[in-house]
Amino acid sequence: MTAEEPLLQATNLHTWFELRQWGFLRVGSVRAVDGVDFELGRGESVAFVGESGCGKSSLARTLLGLHNPSHGDVIFEGQHLSELKGEARRQYLARVGYVQQDPFGALPPFMDVRRLLSEPLIIHGVKDRDERERRICQALQEVRLTQVDEILPKFPHMLSGGQQQRVVIARALLLEPAMLIADEPVSMLDASVRVEILNLLRRIQTERGLTLAFITHDLSTVRHYADRIFVMYAGRVVEQAPVEQLLDNPQHPYTRALLAAIADVDADNALDERDVPDGEPPSLLHPPEGCRFHPRCPQAMAGLCDRQDPPLFEPEAGHYSACWLQDPERD
Amino acid sequence: MNRWVQGLRELRGYPSAVGGLAIILFLVALSLYTVITIPYSEALDRWRGGDHWQMNPVNAGPVWADRLLGGNLPQTRVVESDNADVREAPFEGGKQVRIPLTFEYDNEGFPSELNLFLNQKGTQQEAFVRLTWHTPSGETIPLGGQRVSEEDRISISQNRALEGRLGMVPHVGLFAGGSDPADPRAERGDYRLTVDAMLFDPGAELEADLAVYGRVHGLAGTDYQRRNLMLALMWGTPVALAFGLLAAVGTTITTLVIAATGVWYRGWVDALIQRLTEVNMILPMLPILVMVGTLYSTSIWLMLGVVIALGIFSAGIKTYRAMLLPIREAPYIEAARAYGAGNARIILRYMIPRILPVLIPTFVTLIPTFVFLEASLAVLGLGDPELPTWGKVLNDAQEQSALYNGFYYWVVAPAVLLMLTGLGFAMFGFALDRVFNPRLRTQ
Repeated sequence: MTAEEPLLQATNLHTWFELRQWGFLRVGSVRAVDGVDFELGRGESVAFVGESGCGKSSLARTLLGLHNPSHGDVIFEGQHLSELKGEARRQYLARVGYVQQDPFGALPPFMDVRRLLSEPLIIHGVKDRDERERRICQALQEVRLTQVDEILPKFPHMLSGGQQQRVVIARALLLEPAMLIADEPVSMLDASVRVEILNLLRRIQTERGLTLAFITHDLSTVRHYADRIFVMYAGRVVEQAPVEQLLDNPQHPYTRALLAAIADVDADNALDERDVPDGEPPSLLHPPEGCRFHPRCPQAMAGLCDRQDPPLFEPEAGHYSACWLQDPERD
Repeated sequence: MNRWVQGLRELRGYPSAVGGLAIILFLVALSLYTVITIPYSEALDRWRGGDHWQMNPVNAGPVWADRLLGGNLPQTRVVESDNADVREAPFEGGKQVRIPLTFEYDNEGFPSELNLFLNQKGTQQEAFVRLTWHTPSGETIPLGGQRVSEEDRISISQNRALEGRLGMVPHVGLFAGGSDPADPRAERGDYRLTVDAMLFDPGAELEADLAVYGRVHGLAGTDYQRRNLMLALMWGTPVALAFGLLAAVGTTITTLVIAATGVWYRGWVDALIQRLTEVNMILPMLPILVMVGTLYSTSIWLMLGVVIALGIFSAGIKTYRAMLLPIREAPYIEAARAYGAGNARIILRYMIPRILPVLIPTFVTLIPTFVFLEASLAVLGLGDPELPTWGKVLNDAQEQSALYNGFYYWVVAPAVLLMLTGLGFAMFGFALDRVFNPRLRTQ
């Protein structure tokens, strides 16, 4: 962690979606993000990892201002996101770029590349056409789409998946963001272009000194592209640590299970039994009492894990884990 | 945008698109020609009726229809004194004028009416005229004499005394050449009407124009007020197209924007829009229009306004809503929000353009329904009181029992134009549907 002020800070962040019957009767809430605290430094690359439905995409959307937090807040460059209105909010949106999972869906199919890249600039008041053209070309160069004149008049369906994702990244870079949020940026791409796109993101991140937040379910790729990892489970961050520490010395049983599930390229181990927990992620409508992982946890301690919510323990410096196993006062 | 260019290029492969477009272009060209050659105020003024049409026959059919069926019915001809060999003989305090009005008649059947228009210049004094009719066979029929004022019309057809002497209406009797009154046949040859006038002022001049009204007239015929139907048929085109287009544009755009707004905001906005639509869907449009027309005004612009107002919350909202709901959740809209697009921009620039290609065909086929609606209102007597339109022609025809009297042209022409409009837009619309609606694509 850097000593300077963090770029982004999430404090006790909750994003709940209310379920209503007949439009007004509240029948419950889906707790997609349920009490998350973290700090992201400038120029840092972090990964949020978890199964589908663990709330990582909801977290991304909350950081992007697409969902309003139900409790807690996001503090970006010292400003509280929930207090930003109108122009200030727009400025915030310009400071955070968004790269989506489905590159084709992320591009309006009825706009050509020139038009769809002009849109963010127009919205943010770049009125001069030449200025827009210049910035668009610059962004396209930066994502290595060097045949600018060929790309600009094309419609999204005329581009390959990799090109589409590069255009999406170029669009996210156009407004000179301080932070990029990439929600599973390569999971819908062809295996052959995944590494290219990940390298591209990493290179842009280091060149520009951006904060990059990856959302992914794939622990195998994060080692090379992230500095820190947050493991999420059922709306909470259960473990966070610098990438080497977390991958080499996982503390939380859930993290261990995730790491165990990574495909092993060694053919000798193909038939080995893996220590993968049974069951499914819990209902976010009625999360289990105590530790949310305890129904699936092989090391669950009756009377503790199913009663009390574990706080974040720090078994080693910079390595946090929300598990009673790491309680230094245990035994 | 090149998707549109591509679509239009593809249209050439559909005969119905080419045919429909040809019909639409013809109607548009006709509209432009009409509006340029007959200005709006002039069209209204003429359609009001009056002297402008006095040289036209009453209820005459179109010439081409008669000729096509091998007929040879007379067209209106006007014999003017300017071309006649006028003889003048002065006397004290005035002069005697003899105007021979000669014309050749070689048509089947008889004229529909005979009128003599007299115009005396340079005096306030009444003149006295005596008329004599000379048939080709040399027969001379005196038509009597009378005083005439400065500008006068002698209606020979209405001369009861003459009718009594001839035993037939004058415009038949004078041309019958002594044939059987039960089955008169027109005598062909040179006729002459001699006008002998006594003018009681030496400086006076007399002009005499004999109108021999025909039984066929022009391309479209005339109506009971001698008005040339061509005027209404031509002016009906821009009126119908403008009404159809404005109503279609007005209802489609408002409906689309409202549906998209409801889908985007959801919650009570959407609920309100849906309930309003459901209420509006059970309101009967025609009776409301009839009521508005009866109580307020039948001005076409008021009707257009009411049609659009009633069309805003139409069933289309339900269809558009169903199409827009999945689009609302599209990732590109989420991306647009993430880079700061406002609500209005998302609705107008991101949601609506997505379904526009699918709506263009519906829009095109919607135009004639409003054209028909305007015509139906006119037929019900709720047409614009001043504008000549196809519906008004049909309404007049109905009121004058055109079909009972055998004036088919009066009903057929506007009906054909209406059907042509419907056909053109429908053919074009269906072809557009095939091009722009991916579900109907065959390949």
